[in-house]
Amino acid sequence: MSTPYAKLPAWADYGLIPLINLSVAFIVAGLVVVLVGENPFRAAVILVEGAFGKGTGIAFTLFYATTFIFTGLSVAVAAHCSLFNIGTEGQAYIGGLGIALVCLSFDATLPWWLIFPMAIVAAAAFGALWGLIPAYLQAKRGSHIVITTIMFNFIAASVMVYLLVGPLKPAGSQAPQTRNFLSGAELPKLNWVIELFGAKIRSAPLNVCFLLALVMAFLVWLLIWRTRLGYEMRTYGHSPKAARYAGISETRIIITAMMISGALAGMMALNPVMGDQHNVAIDFVSGAGYVGIAVALMGRLHPVGIVLAAILFGMLYQGGAELAFEMPAISRDMIVIIQGLVILFAGALEHMFRPYIQALFASVSPKTVGMEAVKGKGA
Amino acid sequence: MAQAAIELIGINKSFGAVRANRDINLEVTRGTIHGIVGENGAGKSTLMSILYGFYQADSGEIRVGGKPASIKTSNDAIALGIGMVHQHFMLVDNFSVLENIILGAESNALLKSSITKARSELDRLEREYGLEVDPDALIEELPVGLQQRVEILKALYRGAEILILDEPTGVLTPAEADHLFRILKQLKEQGKTVVLITHKLREIMAITDTVSVMRQGTMVATRETSKTTVEELAELMVGRRVLLRVEKGEAEAGAVKLSVRNLTVKDQRGVTMVDDVSLDVRAGEIVGIAGVAGNGQSELLEAISGIRRAVSGTVMLDGKPIDVTGVADPGELRDRGLAHVPEDRHHVGLVLAFEEHENSILGYHDKQRFLKGPFLNVDAIMADAKDKIAKYDIRPGNPRLKTANFSGGNQQKIVLAREIEQDPGVLIVGQPTRGVDVGAIEFIHKRLIAMRDQGKAVLVVSVELDEIRSLCDRILVMFAGRIVGERGPDATEGELGLLMAGVEQQEAAQ
Ligand SMILES: Nc1ncnc2c1ncn2[C@@H]1O[C@H](COP(=O)(O)OP(=O)(O)OP(=O)(O)O)[C@@H](O)[C@H]1O
Ligand SMILES: [Mg+2]
Repeated sequence: MSTPYAKLPAWADYGLIPLINLSVAFIVAGLVVVLVGENPFRAAVILVEGAFGKGTGIAFTLFYATTFIFTGLSVAVAAHCSLFNIGTEGQAYIGGLGIALVCLSFDATLPWWLIFPMAIVAAAAFGALWGLIPAYLQAKRGSHIVITTIMFNFIAASVMVYLLVGPLKPAGSQAPQTRNFLSGAELPKLNWVIELFGAKIRSAPLNVCFLLALVMAFLVWLLIWRTRLGYEMRTYGHSPKAARYAGISETRIIITAMMISGALAGMMALNPVMGDQHNVAIDFVSGAGYVGIAVALMGRLHPVGIVLAAILFGMLYQGGAELAFEMPAISRDMIVIIQGLVILFAGALEHMFRPYIQALFASVSPKTVGMEAVKGKGA
Repeated sequence: MAQAAIELIGINKSFGAVRANRDINLEVTRGTIHGIVGENGAGKSTLMSILYGFYQADSGEIRVGGKPASIKTSNDAIALGIGMVHQHFMLVDNFSVLENIILGAESNALLKSSITKARSELDRLEREYGLEVDPDALIEELPVGLQQRVEILKALYRGAEILILDEPTGVLTPAEADHLFRILKQLKEQGKTVVLITHKLREIMAITDTVSVMRQGTMVATRETSKTTVEELAELMVGRRVLLRVEKGEAEAGAVKLSVRNLTVKDQRGVTMVDDVSLDVRAGEIVGIAGVAGNGQSELLEAISGIRRAVSGTVMLDGKPIDVTGVADPGELRDRGLAHVPEDRHHVGLVLAFEEHENSILGYHDKQRFLKGPFLNVDAIMADAKDKIAKYDIRPGNPRLKTANFSGGNQQKIVLAREIEQDPGVLIVGQPTRGVDVGAIEFIHKRLIAMRDQGKAVLVVSVELDEIRSLCDRILVMFAGRIVGERGPDATEGELGLLMAGVEQQEAAQ
């Protein structure tokens, strides 16, 4: 065997490298803060305190994290089957349509705990459907999934604009959104859980979707590493030729993976729609699908990593909003730059520092750069 | 005065608990061909990877041309004039030959002038060493034999003075290997140094000046080639006496199990690779297909096993048709008792990123015994994997180890164990012992013969004439997509060689 499969110990792989990437992102972001004439250390303190300092902040952070867990899982499931699903954004948007239909039909008659399961199914089904079409085109026609899913984001946006200024808009309303749902379609908040720990919460949108997201993270782990379907997806993801040899149908596996990915994306819509705004408004996804790509990459496509990365991004969203409020020199757009830097270093440049760290480990202690110890004598 | 081109002193390298190299000393004299032999997993590739800068030794010293050298990356090695042709090719599949050769050695920011220069340089190298390849062909479209030529050209293009070849003949026919050896001798005459890793002791005897034997991470002996024998080397390697030719009784061929009629297969470009082939394999016999790599054997196996669509023809398995021109599916064929060991274990037969036990169910992952409803039955899979590891002596015996970290021969055993242990009625095998050591070859041949004796039908494709002759009951020779002759196991190598070169056919056509 001659390929250099130099491997780092797990703590370095999953702890040290993300930490270094993050630190670099924050150092560069700090420089940006210095450029606009603010104190970067104070900015950092405000950011972290804004996200985790008070009960309300924590609730908001976890609320955003919920959204990113869904989109991160969506991207990861497709990625395990070597499909780059850029369409999470559009699939979530269309998922919102499914939720709207359920809620608008039943919110006057049924309680939340009956509407919620129906809405979950509708959101997943609509999202899956929106993933199905690009998947079919990829499997049958060879149209590249990256291109088609991007196109489908635009189509989703157009469809939703049409529906929200037309059929779904209550007559006489000026706003491009559905009517507000009645209380039957409002999800219970989880703020009391945080209050149990003594923190005080004014009003924050953290709701039961957070629990649903954690359950989905566990189910995705089960799917990928413990089921036959996940095995087939990973086989295809690593080697389409081996999948063919193993009798795994390319069409079936691509379509299945994309539908699961789309379903997870669709379920993301539950959180803002039923948990927070209680209506479906134009552009309610607002880029969470794209953040999902960064979350999935940063979480190394593993559900545990994705949950952690989603919380990090939740922190950036919540703490960032706080920062823009407290430091006038730092505008909302600056926050987007900081988020962009994290995406750049943690996602896109994930492998930038890896070779150096590997070299470092190799020179300090060559033995660590191998595999985990195996039983039996070396052959 | 003979001077050392390379000296390795006290090299140690461990991967976790596996000590791949311990206290290795090796001296290679300039202008010689130095062979290295050893069992699968003995640490040969690791040692050469250290020399080539892929791995860092835990301790030890490397000297190149008498001077201590610090080789941290393969660029350092290339700068010192060391070139390597890997056991598993390192080519970019969807690049052309030319692009692969200049990759990383572009002399100029403007690719175009690099390419023009490279083209003429390549042309010169190809002519000088008789290594013809179409510079514009895509790697993925080339048969393995030609891919290897590209690897050699790549090293020469970078001006290698010391050429390391890791099992270069694993994919070549004797004729192609002879050709390679002529090239190596030519290189030697020009003062270049060659290190040759191989499992074929005959090659060691034919071409090397010195040979070193490794066993379980240590260097156990170095001999002058003229003063040793194949038997001695085999014994040094394995630590016991080895049967170089497995004994077997007469075949008792029964009913036809696999029957191929007028099969025609084209490749992606529409070139006919298998041309109107008909053959039968009966229960209780091993039929071999000999031929130079790239004459349609791979496509034939792929069509029969349902991986590639045939254009026309029929294939019957146990008297029932396989829909080779339509929707034949490898999974369904497995259910019908046809197992397939593919030629290309790296991309087809295994998923290198998987742990060993995951690969030991590849293709059989839908069998009830490995499942609990929709879930994988991890306990059952692990138990099954451990069983095969023990039975086939796969080393290291850790079902959780990533497959890429097994040595080449052990990877082959993983595939063979998986397919043979399913107890199929028909087994088709591409290159059964490619990259496998003498001890394991003995073992694999014994297993295949045992299958035959249980009344199974076995179809073997091998570019190894020795293997075909010692293993098979009937030998079919393939040339340019056609079966050009059938011989018994007593056919001479010369006779088969002529058939493989298409000589008789051309005479007949005239
Ligand atoms: N990157 C790696 N991580 C862990 N173990 C490894 C790694 N590379 C090699 N090994 C182990 O080191 C030992 C030596 O492997 P090596 O590839 O050098 O053997 P080899 O002599 O070339 O065998 P073969 O003839 O089968 O190619 C084997 O036990 C192998 O499993
Ligand atoms: Mg090797």
